[in-house]
Amino acid sequence: MSKARPVVRNVVDLLTLAYRIETDAVERYRLLADQMESHNNPDLVKVFRDLTRAEQIHADEIRRLAGDIDLTRRSDALGSVWQKDESPEEVDLAAAHYLMTPWHALQLALAGEKRALAFFTSIVETAKDAKVKEMAAELVEEEAEHVNLVYRLLRKYPKPADSWSQDGDPPVAQD
Amino acid sequence: MSNVETQRICKPGDYRSDVKPIWCPGCGDYHVLLSFTRAFAELALLPEETVVVSGIGCSSRIPAYTSCYGFHGVHGRSLAVATGLKVARPDLTVVVASGDGDGYSIGGNHFIQACRRNVDLTYVVMDNRVYGMTKGQPSPTTEPDFDTALTPGGTGLSPFHPLVIALASGANFVARAFSGEPNETANILVEAIRHPGFSFVEVLSPCVTFRPDEREWKNQVHPAPVGATSDPAKAARRLMTDDGFNIGILYRGERRPYQAQIGPKSVDLSELEKDFTL
Repeated sequence: MSKARPVVRNVVDLLTLAYRIETDAVERYRLLADQMESHNNPDLVKVFRDLTRAEQIHADEIRRLAGDIDLTRRSDALGSVWQKDESPEEVDLAAAHYLMTPWHALQLALAGEKRALAFFTSIVETAKDAKVKEMAAELVEEEAEHVNLVYRLLRKYPKPADSWSQDGDPPVAQD
Repeated sequence: MSNVETQRICKPGDYRSDVKPIWCPGCGDYHVLLSFTRAFAELALLPEETVVVSGIGCSSRIPAYTSCYGFHGVHGRSLAVATGLKVARPDLTVVVASGDGDGYSIGGNHFIQACRRNVDLTYVVMDNRVYGMTKGQPSPTTEPDFDTALTPGGTGLSPFHPLVIALASGANFVARAFSGEPNETANILVEAIRHPGFSFVEVLSPCVTFRPDEREWKNQVHPAPVGATSDPAKAARRLMTDDGFNIGILYRGERRPYQAQIGPKSVDLSELEKDFTL
C-alpha cells in the first residue's frame, strides 16, 4: 500500500513537492502552537509561531521560484502523497509534551529540516533529468540554510536539565 | 457530484472546523483527527453529507473539530444514534468516534448489537486502555497489572478483546491502526468507509498523560504479517494469537448490510393512537 517516495518527473513536480513539504510543515507548526496556547506555555507558542512564519516564508520562496505555475492548485491536486510516512518536515505530534521547552521544539524542527535535506539530496543523487537535478541541488542549499538557522536558534536555548518533565504540582494527579 | 464541488472539498484542511482541539500535547487523538480529514479528502466526501457521531470522553470531542455535521451524544450511545441516523438517511456517510471506555464499557452492548445489525457505519474506537478524561481509571481494555493509586496492585481482570468480539458479533470489516501513523490510518479509514456494512477500526491512540508507557507503542507496532481474510474464524484465530500490535486490515466480510424495509408511505397517527387507547 505504501509508496517509497513520490515520483518526480520534472521540475514542476519537484517544485510542487517542495511547496507541499513547506505548507504541510506550516500546518503542523500551527497546530502545535495552538496546542501550547491551550496549555498556557507561552514560550513554546512563540517558538512554534516563529517556525510557522519561517516555513510560510520558505513556501512563498518556492512559489516565487515557480513563477507562473500555480503550485497551490497542483499541491492540492496531489492528495495523499506520502502514503505511510509523513511529509519530511512534519514534526511528530506525539513528541509534544505540556512541559516541553523551546529546546525540545527546536530539536523537532531540526529533525524535520534534516529529513527534508535528506529528501532533496536523494533526488539530486537519483534524478536523471538535468534540470530536476539542478533544481533539487538548489533546494538542498535552501534546506542546508534552514538546518543552520535552527542550529543558530538552538544556541539561544540550551538543553534543559533531565528533570524538565517533572511537575511538582501535576494537574492530573490521581491521589 | 460536480468537479467544482470535488475541487472545493478535496483538501484535508477543509474538513477542519475553527475550533482548536483541546487534548493533552502528545495525545494520539490529534493524529486521528488528521487521519479523519485525510480520509474524507481522499474520498472527496461533502462535509454536508458526512456526519461524525460520538459519545463521551477525550476521543469523542472529535465532531466539534470537523466541519461535517456532528452529534456529541450520550455516554456509550453513539452507535444507537448513528444507527438511527443511517437507517433514516442512508444517503449520508456516517462515521462514529468513540473510546475504549465509552465504546466497550458504557456502550458495550450497543457495540455488539451494531456489529450484529451490520448497518453501513464506520466505527472508530480510539483505544488508550484508560479513562483519560476522568483521570486514569482502568477501562475494559486495561491490562490486569495496571498498578496505580486508583488500582493498587492492578485490577487482576483480563482485558476485553474488541476485535474478536466484533468478528464474533458479525462486523463486516475489522482493522487495527496506530495513531502515530496518520497516513496509514487514513488509508485504513478510506477502506473502512468504502466497505459496505459495519466497519470497525480500532486505533491504538496513546494517552500520554495517564499511560506515558504508551509512548512506546510507536516502537511496538508492526504491519500484520498476512493480508485481510474473508473468513471470520481465520481472522479471529489470527487475532487471538497476535501480540496486539498487528496493524492493517484484518477482515473483510461479505455480509449484506442492513437496510430498512420500505414501509407504507405515510402512517395515520390517529389510527395508530387507537391501538393504544386504554
